[in-house]
Amino acid sequence: MALPTYASKLERVWHWAYLAICTAIFVFLIAPILVVIPLSFNAEPYFTFTEEMLSLDPDGYSLRWYDSLLTFGMVAPDAPRNAAWWADMWTNARWVNAAKNSIIIGVFATLLATVLGTLAALGLSQREMPARRAIMAILISPMIVPIIISATGLFFFYSNPCEALTWIGLNVQCGRLAGTYPGVILAHAMLGIPFVIITVTATLVGFDQSLSRAAASLGANPRTTFFRVVMPLILPGVISGALFAFVTSFDEVVAVLFIAGPEQQTIPRQMWSGIRDQISPAILAVATLLVVFSIALLTTVEMLRRRGERLRGLAP
Amino acid sequence: MATPLDPHAAIVAEASGLPPAAPLTTADGQPLARALNRSRRKARRQALLLVLPLLAFVVITFILPIGQMLHRSVYNPGFADNMPRISAWFAENPRGTDPDEAAWAALAADLTEAAEARTIGIVGTRMNYDVPGTRSLFTSTGRQVRGGLEPPYREALLEIDGKWASPELWAAMRTGATAYTANFYLASMDLTRDNDGNITEAPKERQVYGMLFMRTFWLSALITGMTFLLGFPVAHLLATLPTRKSNLLMILVLLPFWTSLLVRTTAWIVLLQQQGVVNDIMVWLGIIGDGQRLQMIYNQTGTIIAMTHILLPFMILPLYSVMRTINPSYVRAARSLGATSWTAFRRIYFPQTLPGLGAGALLVFILAVGYYITPALVGGSSGQLISNMIAMHMTETLNWSMAAALAALLLAGVLILYWVYDRLVGIDNLKLG
Amino acid sequence: MPALRHHLCAALAALPLTAGASHAEPLNVLTWGGEFTAAQQVAFANPFTEATGQPVRLIDVDSPTALIKAQVLSGNVTADVVSIGQADAERLCEEGLAEPIDPALIAPAPDGTPAAQDFLPGGISECFVATDVYSAVIGFDAARIGPEAPATIMDFFDLQKFPGRRGVLKEPRFTLEMALMGDGVPPGQVYDLLDTPEGLDRAFAKLDSIKDQIVWWEAGAQPVQLLADAEVAMTMSYNGRLFAAKARDGMPFEVLWHGQVYEIEGWMIPQGAPQLQTALEFVAFTTAPEPLARAAEQLSYGPPRASSQALVGNWQDSGIPMAPHLPTVPQNLAHALAIDVDFWADNDVALTERFNTWLAAG
Repeated sequence: MALPTYASKLERVWHWAYLAICTAIFVFLIAPILVVIPLSFNAEPYFTFTEEMLSLDPDGYSLRWYDSLLTFGMVAPDAPRNAAWWADMWTNARWVNAAKNSIIIGVFATLLATVLGTLAALGLSQREMPARRAIMAILISPMIVPIIISATGLFFFYSNPCEALTWIGLNVQCGRLAGTYPGVILAHAMLGIPFVIITVTATLVGFDQSLSRAAASLGANPRTTFFRVVMPLILPGVISGALFAFVTSFDEVVAVLFIAGPEQQTIPRQMWSGIRDQISPAILAVATLLVVFSIALLTTVEMLRRRGERLRGLAP
Repeated sequence: MATPLDPHAAIVAEASGLPPAAPLTTADGQPLARALNRSRRKARRQALLLVLPLLAFVVITFILPIGQMLHRSVYNPGFADNMPRISAWFAENPRGTDPDEAAWAALAADLTEAAEARTIGIVGTRMNYDVPGTRSLFTSTGRQVRGGLEPPYREALLEIDGKWASPELWAAMRTGATAYTANFYLASMDLTRDNDGNITEAPKERQVYGMLFMRTFWLSALITGMTFLLGFPVAHLLATLPTRKSNLLMILVLLPFWTSLLVRTTAWIVLLQQQGVVNDIMVWLGIIGDGQRLQMIYNQTGTIIAMTHILLPFMILPLYSVMRTINPSYVRAARSLGATSWTAFRRIYFPQTLPGLGAGALLVFILAVGYYITPALVGGSSGQLISNMIAMHMTETLNWSMAAALAALLLAGVLILYWVYDRLVGIDNLKLG
Repeated sequence: MPALRHHLCAALAALPLTAGASHAEPLNVLTWGGEFTAAQQVAFANPFTEATGQPVRLIDVDSPTALIKAQVLSGNVTADVVSIGQADAERLCEEGLAEPIDPALIAPAPDGTPAAQDFLPGGISECFVATDVYSAVIGFDAARIGPEAPATIMDFFDLQKFPGRRGVLKEPRFTLEMALMGDGVPPGQVYDLLDTPEGLDRAFAKLDSIKDQIVWWEAGAQPVQLLADAEVAMTMSYNGRLFAAKARDGMPFEVLWHGQVYEIEGWMIPQGAPQLQTALEFVAFTTAPEPLARAAEQLSYGPPRASSQALVGNWQDSGIPMAPHLPTVPQNLAHALAIDVDFWADNDVALTERFNTWLAAG
């Protein structure tokens, strides 16, 4: 931002002060995330920079906390690292299992949220859609209602799904949901849906409906029109929505605490108990890995957004 | 054959010489209108069909559970289900009737049966919510009446424990005899019922929820204010810088936004604790002595700092998107007409940012009132919010009706704000990243 | 020889099991995690599997009560056995959420004393069999406390004699009891007093006298950390954590047993447990005197049976005798208080609310 030439001296001072304030706020935004990364390489079990670390002494740094992510929970962590050790780690290490659970739950919840959310967004963006605003408000509400309330509701629902379903006239044989993978997946899909709706409808706002009409007029059937014309154009929005849904599931802890069983230990839940019990730098190692993960996601979403804008002719 | 999605398509289809969607035999307009109507209905149906699966999904996995929770907040059959005889007696005899021998006999029979069915604890727990300290009266009496009681029942029960004569207990049993009750809502507003069923204030030392609701709203307002103070200059800078630079700086806003909530909370613990980075730096700089390290976490300060950080992007992003559309020539025009930079900002620029500010502030406030994880981890005792109390009743005291009532009140507050947001900003204008 | 006889007993108890079909499904046992799980693995799960061939899966949970209640009410119980405090067990039992356990299943003491007399009072009840006794005590750093070490619970509340911050559990349970004892109330009168408004006021007043010096903690690992970081001069803590810090990490921590408040922990079987018969066998097997003594050697939580006390050897294959560090040996019980289950069943909710109000009042 350039200062106009007619600026007074006071305004110049203010301008520089303003830039300094903004810098401070940017530091506030980013410092907590950046501080975690070097501390995760701390050789000592402290959360602060040791003398060795500050003097950049290699002895002050180590990968021990990353290693502990692999060994924690193993039957024989000190055995030689052969095939048996890796098998032991793959089946028993707590963080490894948590990562597996998080990925399984995240992927299925994302698929469910993305398919249902994209279809609904297509419907919502049509001009003939009745009661659009009300329906939109309902579909977005899982994002607005505090998670503790949703989790409380799910807790009651999952402990007795049959009862509630009979209220709306569904007399189905309902199995167990609390403490099962499908239960957690359904809950996470529900929490991810608003993000898919928002991103996909935002893409459809710029979508030129005459394109599908043109396709139709050229003899394409609705399916062909959808997969050959509509889908490629809204795909960036769909993928962004899916990524948002995945991150929501990947970061979610309250619903898991309320409705998951001991088997569905996810990364956030493992972190939650770790932070409450005793934070060791192992938590910081997990945090660093998650920051790297979010940088990758952010980059993907940004690239998709730009591509989407280019495709729809909103940006050069 | 192509299915026109809307009336325009029908016209386009006709004009393009393809076979029309509806038979247009005459040209007098009547059948055309019908065709248009039919195609409109069809399009409506199609749009609805697309939305329906998701709507059903959200209703079943979200609306229904919330409904079940609301039901739970007014429905607690713990007493009525397990003490049927005495409940029936209460139904037949109006308030103010002194318990007669029939009542005592019903009570004794119910207690014996509940003790044998091992449901006496449920009854005791339900009564304990209304009259603290009565749970063991039920369970210990239950242990003693398992072999059955001999009439006269009044004397027999009073022999076991004199507390059975307490009018307060009989008033509470009368309330419990109907499964539907508003008592949990009264309790969550620090109210209670006296022996005659009138609503009164709860004892001073038990009044905690009003204070917690106040604190939740006050801290949320404070955090919203903080995000405004910090977010406004940053959003302004981002909106006025050239695109290339602003895109680069935007990463600093988006990265925290995309980073796990638990990671950010952990980061603040690392920074703010007494042996943490910030205290270390201040000691090293000589601002404070080693013995005077500041307590910045596990209290309200910790909650405020961490939540401000976590919610800041939700303020910056809507502000930024509004500020980018503000034409700089208005401010320049004001300056050229003699306004000082402060006046130009106050009178011309700031009013134009209000839509973004309103959207951001409402969003931050809505998210803040329901926060649970961050206060639970960094809040200590003074930084706990109403959500933490809901969680406590869910997992520790197991007073699920109370948790549901508190959640329902919080939900009501949030829904009002959501409605305001929808009126002022519009749900469709919600944007991410 | 008692030990041999006991082994025989255990082997006999196990016989019908080994004769039965092969057990594919592991027995799901919910427990508290960390060192507690590790100790139960060594002392209970492994020997049980060895003797019977039945695999046992120890699962860590945060709050077993809510989980059990939800599972039983929904009719979908997956847990077979739960490690739980006595108060919670009795509460769930009275609500019909737990299976009754026949006391006749529990092995008698080596000298023939029936189990019911061999256990501490409350150690066996309708749905509950005790496995250990844990205790809230005062811990301090012997290297920093000064020339004179605190000798009574009153010293914890004496800021003149022992200046410095205090770590206190952020819960009314344990804390209010200690406050009254710290005010000079003998253990035998604590609950009578707490049952009166004056007694409660007195407990809160005592806490008020040190309130501005209190650092609150919630999770069991925190007080030891507070002590290690020199954030507090003295702290309430669970005795097992202090012992582990001292024995394993060589921290100079001492335990003040005067004024300890202990609670019994043990097994409970949720109503409708999928493997009820095996669960009962597991409970019977692990609560014989010998396995209870083995568990006490793993973690310094006392065995709940008188006959186990004599069988307790050294701490985890080391040269440190375990007995002096257990809350249940006579010298440590001299000025001790057992948690009153009925009192807390009645007053938990009301006092938690009052405690929170008091905390929030600044």
